[in-house]
Amino acid sequence: MIGFASYAFFFLTTALSYAIICLGLNLQWGQTGLFNVGVAGFVGIGAYASALLTTPATDAHLMGWGLPIAAGWLGAMLVSGTASALIGFATLRLRSDYLAITTFGVAVTIHLIALNAQRLTGGPYGIAFIPRPFNEVADRPLLFNGLNLALVAALTFVLYIASERLVRSPWGRVLRAIREDERAAASLGKSPSLYRLQAFALGGAVMGLGGALQAHFIGFIAPDNYLSSLTFLVWTMLIIGGSGNNRGAILGGVLVWALWSASGVAIGAIVPAEQQARAAALKIVAVGVFLALALLLRPRGLIGERTVVSRHLDE
Amino acid sequence: MNLQFLADGILTGAMIGLGAIGVTLTYSILRFANFAHGEFIAWGAYLALGVASASGWLVAGAAIPIGPLSFGWGLVLALLIAMPLTGLLALALDWALFARLRDKASSITVVMASFGASMALRNLLEFLFTSRPAYFSRELQIAIRLGWGVRVTADQLALVALTAILVISLNLVLSRTQIGRSMRAVSENRALARVAGVDVDHVVRVTWLIGGALACASGVMIGLVVQIRPFMGFDMLLPLFAAAILGGIGSIPGALMGGLVVGIAEALSAATVGAEWRAAAAFVLLIGILLIRPAGLFGARE
Repeated sequence: MIGFASYAFFFLTTALSYAIICLGLNLQWGQTGLFNVGVAGFVGIGAYASALLTTPATDAHLMGWGLPIAAGWLGAMLVSGTASALIGFATLRLRSDYLAITTFGVAVTIHLIALNAQRLTGGPYGIAFIPRPFNEVADRPLLFNGLNLALVAALTFVLYIASERLVRSPWGRVLRAIREDERAAASLGKSPSLYRLQAFALGGAVMGLGGALQAHFIGFIAPDNYLSSLTFLVWTMLIIGGSGNNRGAILGGVLVWALWSASGVAIGAIVPAEQQARAAALKIVAVGVFLALALLLRPRGLIGERTVVSRHLDE
Repeated sequence: MNLQFLADGILTGAMIGLGAIGVTLTYSILRFANFAHGEFIAWGAYLALGVASASGWLVAGAAIPIGPLSFGWGLVLALLIAMPLTGLLALALDWALFARLRDKASSITVVMASFGASMALRNLLEFLFTSRPAYFSRELQIAIRLGWGVRVTADQLALVALTAILVISLNLVLSRTQIGRSMRAVSENRALARVAGVDVDHVVRVTWLIGGALACASGVMIGLVVQIRPFMGFDMLLPLFAAAILGGIGSIPGALMGGLVVGIAEALSAATVGAEWRAAAAFVLLIGILLIRPAGLFGARE
């Protein structure tokens, strides 16, 4: 029973870390209509930044400053947000597809750097010994997993409230105005590229935080954690949950992560070991078909966007 | 400095260029960046592999190398059959997915759907054939010395010639025939073309057929020179987009030139910085062109 509760806590912790990444993506796509195909890259930047800041000094990779975990998470948001701002600066004034293509390139390049810049990132061996929150109670799994869950749940809640307030603020209204009709918004004196840049950088910072959380809960990261299948999973979460709705983003994160890990457990139990790589490939095919069907049949997702004018108006 | 990188770069550039022509055509006529285009390359290669193995199994001499080349007429036949098949695959994907989204959703939703389709198609290949690489031919080839330290194989020369034939004939079709004029009209202004009596649906079908067929040719070339893997198309995606944007969206000679620039840049970075960084060359070029001249080297400003 304790084992089960402990596992449930661990599962929810991971699911909520995905929900945080979804909140970041929702700010970019759901509110502003920016298509980021490089989610894995920005999550990876956050994970690596926090790991490099907080791990103890080592010969395996550079930095290793041994800073507190909170400093690592702030650093992750800063580095990820800055990287997003730079990419946004290069592409957001162009056609919307160019952002998709460039962010795709970011993810490929980040993976390449993580894999090959061995002096900085530890190369294919990744980074180990990332400090875990509440490590001093790690010998009591229930308490340890419970405290971690409480921490990530509190963070998710804070980010949710902040996102909701942003959505209802004048700033959020400008974002949606630009998404719906760029020319009309520009004619009212709002600079579309500036607002897009802010939303993109902020969303990137939240994704980076999500990546850093995951890195610290697992304690180990490697380049292959940050492949396009991660991007794809996060997108599926947001579309299924309901893009444009922060609750939808959280629901999608938890629900799709549950389905994803349940099918992983099922494959591990049913499929013989030598066929498991193939079964995993088929799993991604299924998610791809699922996403396409969702786009065709229910583009709003489970709980789609609600029309929000202002928090001063009743709905 | 050894000029070998130039020969390698031109060959890689030819493969990228053939794929980029499909990307640039779908981008200018259907108006979306197709992330599934890389999968047409991979599926084209596997389809050709299937036909080539079948022909080798049916007719004993099909796999015997032609002259100095490493492959037999079985592969030539396979290419001729697999090219229209890959075109049909592209058409089927358009019918099942893109066409349904095109009219009712925003263009960026179509891009997202293509991203999902690429994941599904790639992993379906991995499910069917596993990630173990396959080869068209295991013949060894002796490189020919061209002078200045440059060596090429007979296969490589044949493939560059094939690219030239394909691009020149496609350019003739687009500039001299009725369907070519219709395609250019739809890419300029879809609504106006429809009013002028152009059959837009027909143009869309021809675009997918051409894009798929050229992607297949590119996949067969990669399969011959490198190897056939489920991820071969995905790894080409960034170079394809970089080449299409570099050449200016909608321009076929531009896509080929863009492909050559990206190919040579990749070979140069492999020769100087290290082979593990070659994939970053396309990204650097892409960011550079977007910052300096987003309309591309050969394109007109929008």
